[in-house]
Amino acid sequence: MGLQAIFFYLFAFVAVASAFMVISAKNPVHSVLFLILVFFNSAGLFLLTGAEFLAMILLVVYIGAVAVLFLFVVMMLDIDFAELRSGVLQYAPVGILIGLIVAAELVVVVGGSVLTPQAAKAITMPIPNPAVRTNTAALGDVLYTNYVYFFQLAGLVLLVAMIGAIVLTLRHRQHIKRQDISAQVARTPETAVEVVKVKPGQGV
Amino acid sequence: MEIGLSHYLTLSAILFTIGVFGIFLNRKNVIIILMSVELILLSVNLNMVAFSSFLNDIVGQVFALFILTVAAAEAAIGLAILVVFYRNRGSIAVEDVNMMKG
Repeated sequence: MGLQAIFFYLFAFVAVASAFMVISAKNPVHSVLFLILVFFNSAGLFLLTGAEFLAMILLVVYIGAVAVLFLFVVMMLDIDFAELRSGVLQYAPVGILIGLIVAAELVVVVGGSVLTPQAAKAITMPIPNPAVRTNTAALGDVLYTNYVYFFQLAGLVLLVAMIGAIVLTLRHRQHIKRQDISAQVARTPETAVEVVKVKPGQGV
Repeated sequence: MEIGLSHYLTLSAILFTIGVFGIFLNRKNVIIILMSVELILLSVNLNMVAFSSFLNDIVGQVFALFILTVAAAEAAIGLAILVVFYRNRGSIAVEDVNMMKG
């Protein structure tokens, strides 16, 4: 068994085990941490297949942004998670049944499949030799030429997501005193000071 | 034993199934459901990258990059909706999501 096979089985086993822990952990914070472990091992698998840039992007985007976002939200919301888990055992049998069916179908279809010789001829962009052109450069060669419109569209999707998230969560709270700088600058002695004539012996 | 395409496809099938099973298992908790969706998208990505590597075609990695983008956008929007929903209802249970207007 080669070194590649050892690492494949290591990454695969840890990924599957921690994916199972993601859905079965009692505490959602633990779920997020196991999700990060799944992403780490998937990045290792990406490295094994030669997709180096995607492996690093997986670390930066998924762990650095998405998983941390999950962690923020889980910790921000004050929820009784024990109550949310109350019906888990009730749903487990149908879940296991459907899961086993889906897994069996997928493994039977996918595990025994072989690539037809025609598939090798239908290649549009062959991967260059990594010693000559690195994976990142090769990906850029394709992404910024043939797929530049899709690349722009992906940027647009992210922009819409950003604006959507801000619009959804931004709220203008009433009954809060805020600093009004223009009102402060426009203050003059006439508007700020009021002279009151007080008659002797009567008070204000 | 050489690691072939079917090894990667089987692994991603298992990850996909765990994601689907997670949606069934945690039917009340939206956060875990969102994490299960992330698992499913990750398994699809693994498929794309494995095919790209074993067919020697880099377009699969380009597609995986786009899937990554959409997954990130989906997580951001989903969590934003979750936060707004929690502010309105004080709960994130799925069965409480039954009103069109908070």
